[in-house]
Amino acid sequence: MEDLALPPAMIETATAAADWVLVLPLVLSLMGAALLLMLRKSGGLSFVLSVIVLCGVIACDISLLLRVLDGGPLSMTMGRWLPPFGISFAADIFGAAFALTSAVVTLVVLVYAESERDPEAERDNFPSLVLLLLAGVTGSFLTGDMFNLYVWFEVTLIASFGLIVLGGRPIQLDAAVKYGFLNFLATTFFLLSLGLTYGLLGTLNMADIMRVAPSANPAAMAGIAALLLLAFGIKAAAFPLNAWLPASYHAPSVVVSALFAGLLTKVGIYALFKSLVVILPASRDLLEPVLVAIAVGTLLVAPLGAIAETNLRRAIGFLVIGGVGAVLAGIAIPTLAGVSGAGLYIVHAIISMTAIYLVAGLIERWTGETDTRRMGGIYADNTPLSVLFFILVLATAGVPPLLGFWPKLLLVQAAVGEGGWSGGVIAVALLVNAVLTLIAGSRLWAHIFWRPAPETGATAPRAGKRVAYGAAGGLVALIVVAGLWPNPLFEAVRLGAPDLLNPARYVAAVGLAGETP
Amino acid sequence: MDYVLAALVGCFIALGIYLLLSRSVIRMLLGMVIFGNGVNLLIFTAGRLTRDIAPIIPPGLAQPDGPIANPLPQALILTAIVIGFAMFSFLLVLAFRAYQSLDADNTDTMRLTEPVDEPNPPLSY
Repeated sequence: MEDLALPPAMIETATAAADWVLVLPLVLSLMGAALLLMLRKSGGLSFVLSVIVLCGVIACDISLLLRVLDGGPLSMTMGRWLPPFGISFAADIFGAAFALTSAVVTLVVLVYAESERDPEAERDNFPSLVLLLLAGVTGSFLTGDMFNLYVWFEVTLIASFGLIVLGGRPIQLDAAVKYGFLNFLATTFFLLSLGLTYGLLGTLNMADIMRVAPSANPAAMAGIAALLLLAFGIKAAAFPLNAWLPASYHAPSVVVSALFAGLLTKVGIYALFKSLVVILPASRDLLEPVLVAIAVGTLLVAPLGAIAETNLRRAIGFLVIGGVGAVLAGIAIPTLAGVSGAGLYIVHAIISMTAIYLVAGLIERWTGETDTRRMGGIYADNTPLSVLFFILVLATAGVPPLLGFWPKLLLVQAAVGEGGWSGGVIAVALLVNAVLTLIAGSRLWAHIFWRPAPETGATAPRAGKRVAYGAAGGLVALIVVAGLWPNPLFEAVRLGAPDLLNPARYVAAVGLAGETP
Repeated sequence: MDYVLAALVGCFIALGIYLLLSRSVIRMLLGMVIFGNGVNLLIFTAGRLTRDIAPIIPPGLAQPDGPIANPLPQALILTAIVIGFAMFSFLLVLAFRAYQSLDADNTDTMRLTEPVDEPNPPLSY
């Protein structure tokens, strides 16, 4: 056999020390989770340690975001194999921003959980599992390889299985069966589409797929995109596949619900966004009518479900699905405004969905009930709580000047600017969704706070700890401040969105620009 | 050979989905495993079937001698099997605990999170 001139396959130079900031958040949270697993019997120490680890993760995420804002997408490849052979991690502005938001929200939830924890309850692995969940979520946001994304999905899934059964009440087991089977099925469908992608394109590196996919058979690629839509649609609880979310998110303890609502559906919708809009834009165009139908269905069904629901946390579960619909609208209209709106909405949803579950936890603690029919009359008794909940209702519906308004504005702008029937339908659906969400939220608010207390054997109110109010209030303050002063967010989106629509810089950062397929 | 394996993948996935549609949690679990193995087989087939030698470079050469089998699908499947087995173990334990606590193996009777006896929305508030 003659000597072929083979291209180099190995990285000859070591990765620059500064580039390690890309994987440090992952390494820190994984190592932290392992350490806390060993120290699970150590009482308050594990909480302190987890806060320290999380602060480290946040610091790494901030420096990563600053670097990406400054110098464009950043990439690092594992094991000295050059991409597309080595497993790449790559961060664009959106991925880094989502990772940072997730870490901040996780820190708030951990503080809230510690303050509300029953001191007599036995020590579980809660902080350790939370760090593992964060590792999975951060990995999904920062990975540059489809198979690696599958692995991070499973890391997230295993951690969330642990969290959802923590405590082991029968209702949690019932919820875990539904949650577990549906999510396992979704990741298996994802794996199925990965097998087909590998068979067709011979690569699973995201940047490499972006280069190779346009020359592949469009019908086959559309099939793969449809499978990805199915898999991530289950994960994100998009319209026809959403029944598992309100059935399972209200069962575990409220901190776990808050974490799930903040992080898990957002990972699914981000994966959908990235795979359809950024990686396979040509296949997305073929699926456009389906995407419009799913987006409109999700936007309309979710708030209607919330209106019909009497269980507080189940109703909020439907509001979480409504947030997914807004991002789906951005996927259906991938113009610059649509992509920016969808990205900004994910940041908003991570914060506000977590906050609304934390406030729901405070309400449940105060009233000792989970059903809104047996609540009531705490408007004057607990003014801070009623104010927090009302602000969150307004933010979820997208009322100015709160954070939720700006992404919705961008999405409606994108829908109107699109012209055509699909843009019009989505614009109307977004506005109807806002009105219905407002109705659902204010109905919940009126039932819980405003109307007189029902004549049941009411238990004495049990106030949550100050720290818990502070944690929930901090997130709400973040929503208000970011809504009143959105310029930094807009600046980040203005820098980041063009990279999603034209991923040349991203592909170059992974190191595949010079080659032709 | 490809066609045989493709047909086998189809059978696995069809059987898996058939079992997943049943009411019994254990049957659903078996369906999940068969579905997962069908997907593993699909990755293996999609990675091109060859009768070539193992991808090992003989001593003294800079590159493999002649065509080699593609090692990547095997690495992918190995990862997927390990993860799928972990999930299967968890769900198996979960099904057993659910059977113990809820006294139910039938998903129709597992209605704690979505009670069936509630009145319709306008009447319920």
